[in-house]
This record gives sequence, structure tokens and C-alpha cells, in this order.
Amino acid sequence: MTATNNNAIPRVGLSHLDHLWFQVAGTLCNLTCHHCFISCSPHNDFFGFLSLAEVKRRLEESIPLGVKEYYFTGGEPFLNPEMTDILVLTLRYGPATVLTNGTVLKDEWLVRLRAAEELSVYALEFRVSIDGFSPEVNDPIRGEGTFARAMRGVTKLVEHGFLPIITAARTWPIEREQEVVGSFCKMLQAAGYSRPRLKILPTLQLGAETGRTCGYAPEERVTTAMMEDFDQSQLICEHSRIVTDRGVQVCPILIEAPESVLGETLVESQRPFVLSHGVCWTCYQNGAICSNPSSGDKDA
Amino acid sequence: MPEHRTVALFGGIYANHLALAAALADAQRRGADAIYCLGDLGAFGPHPDKVFPLFKEHDIQSVRGNYDDSIGNERADCQCGYTDPRDNYFAELSYDYTMANTSPPNRAWLKNLPSEIRFQLGAASVLLCHGSPRKMNEFLWESTTSTQFLEYLADEHQADVICNTHTGIKWQRDLSRNRKFVNVGVLGRPENDGRPHVWYTLLSAGDSREITVEFIPVPYDHDRLAAEMRAERLPEEFIATILSGWWTTCLEVLPAKERRRGRF
Ligand code: SF4
Ligand code: SF4
Ligand SMILES: [Fe+2]
Repeated sequence: MTATNNNAIPRVGLSHLDHLWFQVAGTLCNLTCHHCFISCSPHNDFFGFLSLAEVKRRLEESIPLGVKEYYFTGGEPFLNPEMTDILVLTLRYGPATVLTNGTVLKDEWLVRLRAAEELSVYALEFRVSIDGFSPEVNDPIRGEGTFARAMRGVTKLVEHGFLPIITAARTWPIEREQEVVGSFCKMLQAAGYSRPRLKILPTLQLGAETGRTCGYAPEERVTTAMMEDFDQSQLICEHSRIVTDRGVQVCPILIEAPESVLGETLVESQRPFVLSHGVCWTCYQNGAICSNPSSGDKDA
Repeated sequence: MPEHRTVALFGGIYANHLALAAALADAQRRGADAIYCLGDLGAFGPHPDKVFPLFKEHDIQSVRGNYDDSIGNERADCQCGYTDPRDNYFAELSYDYTMANTSPPNRAWLKNLPSEIRFQLGAASVLLCHGSPRKMNEFLWESTTSTQFLEYLADEHQADVICNTHTGIKWQRDLSRNRKFVNVGVLGRPENDGRPHVWYTLLSAGDSREITVEFIPVPYDHDRLAAEMRAERLPEEFIATILSGWWTTCLEVLPAKERRRGRF
């Protein structure tokens, strides 16, 4: 990068399309979490479902590009009536990770998915989002009764032989991290999950989240100067793209911004992206927030 | 570029000098005409300086692993990228121990190791790396690495056979045009299967372009290694792994499939 103006807004190129995401449930969700960064709800159909046929077309398209892993998000992916079929299919192409709120999982789906994973060489990872170690912390953010329902989802996944990764947005001061995480683990163990896997995510200030705390100040922007000596692979847009019902977009976080649509095909979407948005600044501060720990420091 | 018919490939040694000696004897018995290491000489085990004379005596060339890079350059940590506080605690303990017990000349030797090694095996070109050909500390697990991604690596890095280590668990995948990807496993610690032996990999050139991959189990005196670790006051959690074959730390990086096969 030639830094002529240190305050200029940098652009990030795609080093390689490692992770292909699918906005598989659009913006439809059975919950209405306060911090949801794309304001999902039972009525938000701004983005729609992706069909099994569309996912299949994209999986085929991804092979010559050497995609390493597939990620599924929403909204709540399991509101998509074809979700089980989509995951069963994906496990023929590569590893699959699905981000769910854990509240709508059905036994018959999990039986099928566990069998499909067993037949595949690839892992199926479930990431269940919760917001705290108790209903008192979680429910005011995610809705009445959601803590208990998500915990039932976790228990159900464990009973079916999965080892879900529980992700929690950080809603506590960082100084209390050890204590909070420790009691969270104990609670999971008490609920029958003997070897809990956890991942803590920074909170994003977007969508509904803007109403809860505050938006971004003008100086909270990534600049060219900030990119010097910075490991760009920490940014999702450096190694990922997301398929939505409007085409291929830069990353799962920014889908609402019109300029984040990079094209109709995966090949077209491989061009660089200008980090002009405030949320890019959070991304920059916190590193990649959406991948699994097993990818190594590429996704720390 | 060197040319070979049969090579022995050693993954992470993690200072396990007893397993290294056992593997060397085994590889010679099987007629390996060269022995290579894919990096991470230190970590985890006792007396890190003990493996260096064996490398020199047997002329083992090695790739630079993340641990070698850290110790050689006296970096702040091992670059494994753990985020779990417990994993980090153990990683730090063994890193500080390894740093303190690796002599300055050996550190300098580690620092100068190459990031990749290439040679011919019969008609096939082989590329040895540590994590992946593009990144020293990238974890490539069997269950989280698609075949099309490995094809991309083989195209991009122009190799018929790519070999790596770093994760601690061996696996292989056949690619198009007779190409292959092989994670050679590690000699440093057992692979989380409840058995105390460790593994190395033998690659042989056949008459055609075909390459044979053999994973070789290496039994060694793990009780003695455990005793040495105890005498050096290394964590009981590490010793338990050496004796039982189950991983007790650094579990956060395991994908679901690999984690499920273990006990913890
Ligand atoms: S954060 Fe997740 S569970 Fe909550 S509303 Fe958004 S998509 Fe739904
Ligand atoms: S939000 Fe993050 S991943 Fe998305 S474009 Fe901005 S910096 Fe890249
Ligand atoms: Fe390593």
C-alpha cells in the first residue's frame, strides 16, 4: 500500500477466498435481540432466505476458487425450511459452521445432521449465541425466556453428540472476563455439557446496537496510517465473502451498506474493498470475530 | 534440488529426544535415504538442547516451525495463537522453560532454518512446510480443510506432494493428477487417541509417478520421558498426556470431529 495521505481510507484486498458465508435466513429471526447488528426480527424481510438450489449453485462455483470452509448465518438459519438439506449437502463440499440462537432446533434435524457429519470427512460446527451466564444478564438483551431456551438447545445438541461452540457478545467489563467466563463454564457443565467450548465476541455498534449504546464518532474510522504494521488477515474481508439474496457482499457484518455488494458472481466479488464504515473500525480494534478457533491465528 | 527414493518425515519434536532417537533408528532400518523435520524442535518436553546433537549427527534438515521462529528470535510467545486462558497459561509455562533451556548457539541455529524445503521423490516434487505453505502457524486439520483448498495450495505452490505438521494429528488426502497432501503427525506427543506412541511418516517413490505414504507408529520409553519431565518440574498435565495418550491442554484449537475422538 502506498500511503500518500495518512488519513485516507484504506482498501483491503482479498488474499484468498478461504471462507464463504451464506446469509441463509436473510434477516428473519424468531428473536429480536437489542444488539443484533443487522436488526433481525420475525418481520424483517429486508434480506430473504437462500434456497437449497441457490446454495448448491454457489458451492459448485466455489470449488475452482479453492474455498476452504463454509459458514451459515441469518437471522436464524433454522427458520429456513431447507436448512437441514443445505447442511447435509454442504458437508459433501467442505467443513460447515452454522451460527444459531439455539432456540428452534428439532431432534429429527439433529439426528440427520449428526449422521451426515459422521459420513463426511468434514466437521459440522454449531455456534450457539447467548449473552450471559444467567437469565438476568441474557434475557434483558435477547428477550424473556431466551436463556433457558438456548440452554435447552445446547443440551439437545450435546445429547445428539455435537460439541457446540457457545458464543457470547461481551456485555461485561473486560476486567471481569475471567470471573464471568469461569462461572459460565460451571453453569454449562451443570447443564450436562462436560467439555464446554466458548468464544467471546466484541459487541458491534450497528443496527439495533446503535440504539442501545451509541453510534460511531467521525474519528472512529480506519485510516491508511492505522494499516501500517497491521496484520490485515485479522479482518474478515481479507479472506471471506458472503452470499445474500442480492448477490455477493464483502462480509457478514456490513451487508446493509449498499456499497458492500461486490457483484453477482464469486469471481467478481474478489476485488478490494474500501473500509469507509465505522464498523470497520470495531473490526480493526477487535480482530476477526466470526471464525472458529481451530483455524489458527488467521482467525484468532 | 536433492533427489530421493524414500524419505522419513518427522513432525514436531517438542523436545522428545527419546522418541526422536527411536524414530531415527526405525527410519534407518526401513532404508530411508534422507530424514527431514518439519519444525518445532522444542516445546512441551524436557531438556530442549538434547535434540540438537541428534539433528547434527544424522544430518537432519529442518523447516522453521513457529516455536523455532519464536525461540530463535526470542519473541514474546510461541505464536500458537491460543485465546483460552488455561491453554495460554500452559503455553507460557512451557515456552519460558524452553527459552531458558535452549543454548544461544542452538537458538541461532533455529533462527536460520528455512520456511520451506523442496526435493524430488522419484518423479514427484515435494514441498515441506510447517503449518501451511502460505503461513507458518496455520492449522490444517483433516475435518476443516476442504479438498478444493488443498488443490489451490498445490497449484499455487507448484508441488505434487505438500507435507505439513503443526496440528499434532496426522492425516492425508489424495488430490487430482496423483498429487497428495500429507500432515506427517508429530514425534513430540501422542495424538490424542489414548495410546502413548507417537508417529512419523515415510514417503517412497514407486516405479511410476505414484508416491506411497506410510504412517509409522513409534513406541519409545515414555515412562522415562515422564520421569525426566517430572524432574524438570514440567506441568503434571503434560506428563499425563505423555503417559495416557490423551491431550489435556490446548484443546480449544481442535475442531469438533477431532475433539470428539479425544477424552477431554
Ligand atoms: S442476534 Fe441473532 S438471535 Fe438475536 S435477533 Fe439477531 S440474528 Fe436473531
Ligand atoms: S466490517 Fe470488518 S470485515 Fe467487514 S469490510 Fe469492514 S473491516 Fe472488513
Ligand atoms: Fe507448530
